[in-house]
Amino acid sequence: MSAIQSGGTASISTERSKGTIAAAVVIGYGVLYGIRTLLGDGNGPFAQIFKTLYTVAVGVGFLVAFFGILYALASQLKEPWRERARVAVFVGPALILLIGGLIVPSVLTARLSLFTGSNTDKWYGLLNYKAMFTQRQNLLTLRNNVWWVILVTGFSTIVGITVARFADRMRGEPIAKALLFLPMAISMVGAGIIWRFVYANNPSKQYGLLNWIWVGLDPILPGKQEPHYWLQDTTFFGIKSDFLPGSNTVFMIIVLIWIQAGFATVIISAAIKGVPDDLVEAARIDGATDRQAFYKIVLPYVKTTVITVVTTITIAVLKVFDIVQAMGLGGAFENNVLANQMYTESFTKQNEGYGSAVAVVLFIAVVPVVWVNARNQKAMREARA
Amino acid sequence: MVNRRQLAVLAAAVSISMLAVACGSDSKSSDTAGTTGGDKPYAGKVVTIFSSIRDVEATRLETAWKPFEDATGIDIQHEGSGAFEADLKVRVDGGNSPDLAFIPQPGLLATLARDGKVTALTDLKADVEANDIGGWVELGTVDGKFYAPPFGANIKSLVWYSPAAFKDKGYAIPTTWQEMLDLSQKIVDDGGVPWCVGAGSDQATGWPLTDWVEDAVLRFAGADVYDKWVSHAIPFNDPAIIDAIDQVGAIVKNDKFVLNGSKSIPSTTFQEAGLPILDGGCYMHRQANFYGNQFPEGTTKGPDGQVNAFYFPTVKADDPKPMLGGGEFITAFNDKPEVAAVAKYLTSAEYANNRLAEGNWMTPNKKADASLVTDPLEKTFQDLLVGSDIFRFDGSDSMPSAVGNGTFWTEMVSWVTGKSTVDAAKAIEDSWPKS
Amino acid sequence: MSDVEPAAMTVGGTVATAMVDDMQPRSPRDQTPTATKVTKKLTSPFGRAMVWLLALLWTVPTFGLFITSFRPEVDIKTTGWWTFFSNPTVTLENYKSVLDYTGGSGRPFSNYFWNSVAITVPGAIIPIVVAAFAAYALSWMKFPGRDAIFVGIVALMVVPLQMCLIPLLQFFTSGFSPLSGGIPQIWVAHTIFAMPLAIFLLRNFIGSLPSEVIEAARVDGASHMTIFTKLVLPLSVPAIASIAIFQFLWVWNDLLVAKVFGGGSKNAPMTSALIDMVGTKGNDWQLLTAGAFISMIVPLIVFLSLQRYFVRGLLAGSVKG
Repeated sequence: MSAIQSGGTASISTERSKGTIAAAVVIGYGVLYGIRTLLGDGNGPFAQIFKTLYTVAVGVGFLVAFFGILYALASQLKEPWRERARVAVFVGPALILLIGGLIVPSVLTARLSLFTGSNTDKWYGLLNYKAMFTQRQNLLTLRNNVWWVILVTGFSTIVGITVARFADRMRGEPIAKALLFLPMAISMVGAGIIWRFVYANNPSKQYGLLNWIWVGLDPILPGKQEPHYWLQDTTFFGIKSDFLPGSNTVFMIIVLIWIQAGFATVIISAAIKGVPDDLVEAARIDGATDRQAFYKIVLPYVKTTVITVVTTITIAVLKVFDIVQAMGLGGAFENNVLANQMYTESFTKQNEGYGSAVAVVLFIAVVPVVWVNARNQKAMREARA
Repeated sequence: MVNRRQLAVLAAAVSISMLAVACGSDSKSSDTAGTTGGDKPYAGKVVTIFSSIRDVEATRLETAWKPFEDATGIDIQHEGSGAFEADLKVRVDGGNSPDLAFIPQPGLLATLARDGKVTALTDLKADVEANDIGGWVELGTVDGKFYAPPFGANIKSLVWYSPAAFKDKGYAIPTTWQEMLDLSQKIVDDGGVPWCVGAGSDQATGWPLTDWVEDAVLRFAGADVYDKWVSHAIPFNDPAIIDAIDQVGAIVKNDKFVLNGSKSIPSTTFQEAGLPILDGGCYMHRQANFYGNQFPEGTTKGPDGQVNAFYFPTVKADDPKPMLGGGEFITAFNDKPEVAAVAKYLTSAEYANNRLAEGNWMTPNKKADASLVTDPLEKTFQDLLVGSDIFRFDGSDSMPSAVGNGTFWTEMVSWVTGKSTVDAAKAIEDSWPKS
Repeated sequence: MSDVEPAAMTVGGTVATAMVDDMQPRSPRDQTPTATKVTKKLTSPFGRAMVWLLALLWTVPTFGLFITSFRPEVDIKTTGWWTFFSNPTVTLENYKSVLDYTGGSGRPFSNYFWNSVAITVPGAIIPIVVAAFAAYALSWMKFPGRDAIFVGIVALMVVPLQMCLIPLLQFFTSGFSPLSGGIPQIWVAHTIFAMPLAIFLLRNFIGSLPSEVIEAARVDGASHMTIFTKLVLPLSVPAIASIAIFQFLWVWNDLLVAKVFGGGSKNAPMTSALIDMVGTKGNDWQLLTAGAFISMIVPLIVFLSLQRYFVRGLLAGSVKG
């Protein structure tokens, strides 16, 4: 434990060297500031890079100084105030950010949902909520959201479990998993571009991959396969129903599955690696097949992790709006989702009251997910203990 | 203990200076500009302008006001955004308004003005009355108070076509609605596709179709009904409006008339929609004058060029010629002398002339010197605008946002892919805000 | 102890260490004798084929984009990218056009790139540091209401970001804010939105460090700050690294927060330039594909290179469970 020893000595002896360091920081900072001022609004390569580094240094430097100084000041106090002040220094900044940045704004938004009008100044009671649960368009949006949650969460988790199971200790495992994980590194804007290109339809000179494959399948499949506007199809692959999502929604859901499956894979895979070998071995000795060993031993063992993955993905799905913005054609094809509706109602339709009501419903929709998750895992822990 | 205290004080000094710099770096550039004052009246002042104008167009308008910046010392900082309406809303509500914005929707202007966010430019009313073609004072007025003078304008009652292709096939430019339908049928009979139509525009998908409908309402129902329709004095699903929508449907919902069929309309972006004119993929494309920018660089325009535009015909040849158009309103959010000075300058014929000389622009300012327009096609546009019998502003931009930026777009998209006119119009009517 | 707290502990612990395990497939644990025995092997030829099929399916769209970005404009608009293999024509013109693109602001593309760097690096570091301090306090400092506070923070994970945008912006522009516009505002916004998840994960990791080690340090007279910087932070490197990756990717790929809080194109990141291109250049796939690829390069490099540095902390092995 050399770390502790050096830590212990550092706190007693190095006051002077700290002073020197502080002086060096001040001077170094002064030099940087001077150069930054000289560069002004310059746009050359050096100026751009220097200004970037300067901004980064100021941000990080301020952060270090902020905690360092507050802690030093707290240490000047006498007990019991010293310990209390130190606690405040450690946990205070995070709490202030959370209260000011999340709690207060959420309450304000919840209040707005009871008003209407472009200026959000007319009392409206619960009529915004009533509209959401009675008007056909809004009900379709709710329906879509339910399917988004079911399909994205379900398929991402299934892909995650499948890959995690079969790739475990396979040759090339890291490569296969990295390929699956790759989409996580791509922005929603980038993903929108990628998939719009896949779904594109240019009947005369086809460059959309999906349509190329679809038309290419024509000799094999029954019926006639003609180029299709995938993102405009409001039927569920030909079936018209108020309960099923349109295939346009399904094609957008595929994009999010593509993004989330890697996340599920990585986490479930790591959990499977944590399953003690002797457990599996014992099952084998009892005559279990690989399949039985997986479903009877491994999967129950990693259940907690799977539930975590499901929760995290569910929250991500409920917040999704970029994909619908990029590919949803303005929500004209019964393909809207709540998060996007909140955005357009509030910002482009000047109907902030309704937008806020949507936000509140989203919030309420997530709460039970988190709660059930917490309960489940508590039960798991108790069962295992 | 002394050492530690000194350390704390020293470090506090560092962090405060860092904070000051981290946060103050924005204001520095304007300070340095302020030292070069001289006799310029507004030396060192910055005026920020927010608009939906981007790319080449933005560079052009910035070039046009450069002389004014040099003369007054005002630094005009312009920023264009692709999600203008949403971004402006966030900024204004967030208390971070630009000094000026070029707002293309009278409806949005009215909303903001009623919210008390807009500074009225009452002084400029006389200028607009004296210089501009009719109607713009009313458009910039909310509840009897004049808020915003016009900036640029555009005209939408146009059909783009290829003069060479028309000549080749012996097609004549239609002057009545019926002639236009006959020509469309003739093109089909000749084995061609008459129309290119595209309504794809991300979140605003559908707006090109609303322009079609507005043009048809002006022609089949007349300007009076149009005004009542826009102001909701008659319902959206009034029989006259239904009839006009059906007239449009006879063209855009006819799979033989539209390149790749009506189903392709929502997924075809408005930017690329008209390009097949160049290679004979289709023959006509109804779109505003600004569509000229979409053709690849080097495309020749005008009666002898690769593309040209004709006036979207009226029902009968001798009907008054309505012109559907649009434009931006110079909206002020801050009551400062330099902001008022910039607004006044941008309203003036002086600026209009500078901007006209840069090309690809139109102004409702009658005092502007149309001879500065060099391009023959643009000259035609400017003449059409200033000389139109009836000028009407794009109706969807004047309707409440819930309709004009919402259901009118989405329902038109549903309609063109199959929904009946009656159902679509009723859905829009039902969404009209009650109050 | 509340209902949520003990459960959450496992969750966070698993998630944080899970990522670490994965990034380091050849970690010491795997090389222990028990692990190298193939007793637990769950795979099969069919299963392996399925894994590779999925990996292939997952890569095709990105691969198509990659190929497209090197094809000439005419080819892109007339033939599918898969015909590239029968008719390979490569051009760098698309990348050049993107780098020359100035958008509405007249700023060079490189400017957006550096803005992204200036936003993302502190945008990933600040939340983690703030959250780590809080996580330490919530684990190892004693004060009333500690567990209730933690549960409250976990509950905040569900607040949709869009709900807070306007009130937060109002605060920033109100005059009460110590910040006046620009990139620092974006950092603070990202810090706020990252806080619940980061505290949640870090507390669970830091909280499960063996208490004997911490107690021993306290007995030696080490202060909280010393324990935190000299002991807890080094031990938490794996958890911090994995959270840092996610936060980095999130901030780098973010559009909304930067747009709302950045106050103009001067501070706009690369996603903003890209979405601008989507808007003004419509279906110019040659620009969009090249632009999208440029914006992906940095996250890919960060992701692929950082995984090497996920050295498991000294005691991390015992955290599991």
